[in-house]
Amino acid sequence: MNHIPEIIRTIPLSHYVALSSALFLIGLLGVLIRKNIIIVFMCIEIMLNAVNLLMVAAASYRGDSAGQVMVLFTMAVAAAEVSVGLAIIVMIYKNLKTTNIDLFDQMKG
Amino acid sequence: MDKIFYILAALTLIAAFMVVISRHPIRSVLFLVATFFLISAQYILLNAQFLALVNIIVYAGAIMVLFLFVIMFLNLSRDLERFASWMPIAAAGISVGGIGLLLLASYRGAQISTDTVGNYDSGLVEQIGEVLYRDYLFPMEVCSVLFLVAMIGIVLLNRKERELPAKLPLP
Repeated sequence: MNHIPEIIRTIPLSHYVALSSALFLIGLLGVLIRKNIIIVFMCIEIMLNAVNLLMVAAASYRGDSAGQVMVLFTMAVAAAEVSVGLAIIVMIYKNLKTTNIDLFDQMKG
Repeated sequence: MDKIFYILAALTLIAAFMVVISRHPIRSVLFLVATFFLISAQYILLNAQFLALVNIIVYAGAIMVLFLFVIMFLNLSRDLERFASWMPIAAAGISVGGIGLLLLASYRGAQISTDTVGNYDSGLVEQIGEVLYRDYLFPMEVCSVLFLVAMIGIVLLNRKERELPAKLPLP
């Protein structure tokens, strides 16, 4: 049996749970209070990374590679999502000349 | 070693919070890059070296370049955003606090199992590649199809429409 990494011996998994929950809540706060849609997007990235961190921590503590493969898929889907989302933001900016989400209701109709 | 974890955790939370509260979009992006690097450092501490590198390449490399490119392309840096008035901020605080309490309440009764099913080299390239190409081959192919669809979608979204005349006469 190979040696256990020191972080797994000294830090309980619940501390990682607390860290990623706090990160997720910060991202959620940003999504709710910011008005610039690009920063809302960045806060969604923070939330995705919080979930990734929790999944990597759980996978490492269990010594299971499948959890880390899931994180790889999450990153791939996040990359595709960001590229499509930023293309949509550029399109909206071409039409409305703004990135303020309060003004996006001008698009209706 | 445990001190390193707590220092990294505090820095991660501070950087993420600065992303939320900085008024300048470029500053937000730079703090987001810092957040991603700190999360990669956590991955290295957890012996997930492959994911640490992938995180730096994909997030801090590709995604952040996209964000910076779009911000500079849209020239957003001249009009600084004003924050919401106190009412939406209070509502957001109440929602975030409620979800935080919900998470806390669900963790209090939870039994976190720490049984080990594999070995602690599970984050190295060799083991991840073995699991990825043996058990998760089909999802990986679906992922490549997803990228193809995303690429075609972006090209279609940003295409100039030449077939239609620029201004249709209104009826």
